[in-house]
Amino acid sequence: MTEQKTEPHWPLWEVFIRSKNGLSHRHAGSLHATDATMALQAARDVYTRRGEGHSIWVVPSNAITASDPTDKDVMFEPSESKIYRHPTFYDIPDEVGHM
Amino acid sequence: MHETPLFAYALRLADNALILGHRLSEWIGHSPALEEDLALGNMGLDLIGQARAFYAYAGEVEGKGRDEDKLAYLRDAKDWRNVLLVEQPNGDFAATMIRQLLFAAYAHPLYAALTKSKDQTLAAIAAKAEKEIAYHVRHSGEWVIRLGDGTAESYARTQEALDELYAYSTELFESDDVERALIEAGIAVDPAVLRPEWERTVNHVFSEATLKTPPQSFAQTGGRSGRHSEHFGYILADMQFLQRTYPGAAW
Repeated sequence: MTEQKTEPHWPLWEVFIRSKNGLSHRHAGSLHATDATMALQAARDVYTRRGEGHSIWVVPSNAITASDPTDKDVMFEPSESKIYRHPTFYDIPDEVGHM
Repeated sequence: MHETPLFAYALRLADNALILGHRLSEWIGHSPALEEDLALGNMGLDLIGQARAFYAYAGEVEGKGRDEDKLAYLRDAKDWRNVLLVEQPNGDFAATMIRQLLFAAYAHPLYAALTKSKDQTLAAIAAKAEKEIAYHVRHSGEWVIRLGDGTAESYARTQEALDELYAYSTELFESDDVERALIEAGIAVDPAVLRPEWERTVNHVFSEATLKTPPQSFAQTGGRSGRHSEHFGYILADMQFLQRTYPGAAW
């Protein structure tokens, strides 16, 4: 009972930050916030203090469907033996930038 | 104390920012959540940074070799020029957010107007500070909305804080002879013209928050002429202890 009174029951959010134009948003961490607006502000305050960000996404953690760790053999092992899927045999010109 | 108007004006801006920044720093390690600890720390650092810039300029204008540290750490209470609002105790989280909103909603249009000052240095400091303080309006405003329009208890605490602190807002819009000369010269901002925008900002938040704007009763003023509340001595004791005890200490 007492625990319920003192614990802030704020939902968990996952934070994704894009550091500059052209790159994709990357997972930066998670935080607790009352709602989406406050989650964005908290993400700004917690994860962009050193000029890391140009854009922030926040996603309710419970909206993320994760793969089952015990399922990893079936999920990921089949691709390990197929090195021909790695395009390592091409020379990529520097001008192409991020691939 | 004999001071030129420009020195006095820069000092007022600096003192407001430093004392409120110091108050916010008192929350560090005590906030209701880690996220808010960082938010309060960030806002405190914004304000202390603004204070440093204004102090450095005040010291330069004065020309007596006082730097930002001397002005911050070696002045007695009667020489401080901050408004009474910023020295009020943190109280609970609701009181801190109300105080922040009342101040930031005033400082934001102030800094915006100050960017057009004929004094290049004040204008440059204000340009940086304006963006920082805009976030303070947003952050404290969103919290006041959630606390006011929250539970019965959060509503009661927030309304109580507003009733308590609202009387300190009148002082924000007062001006005196020191400022009037600078206002006419296009250097300082006439605080009276900031009031309509301030009212729009805070009243919008209060109505979203289901809070009642208190009636304008008597105003609590005097900070800018050095007449501070009983709380102020404790702030200085805390803030100045080290430099008073170990003069010139640095690390």
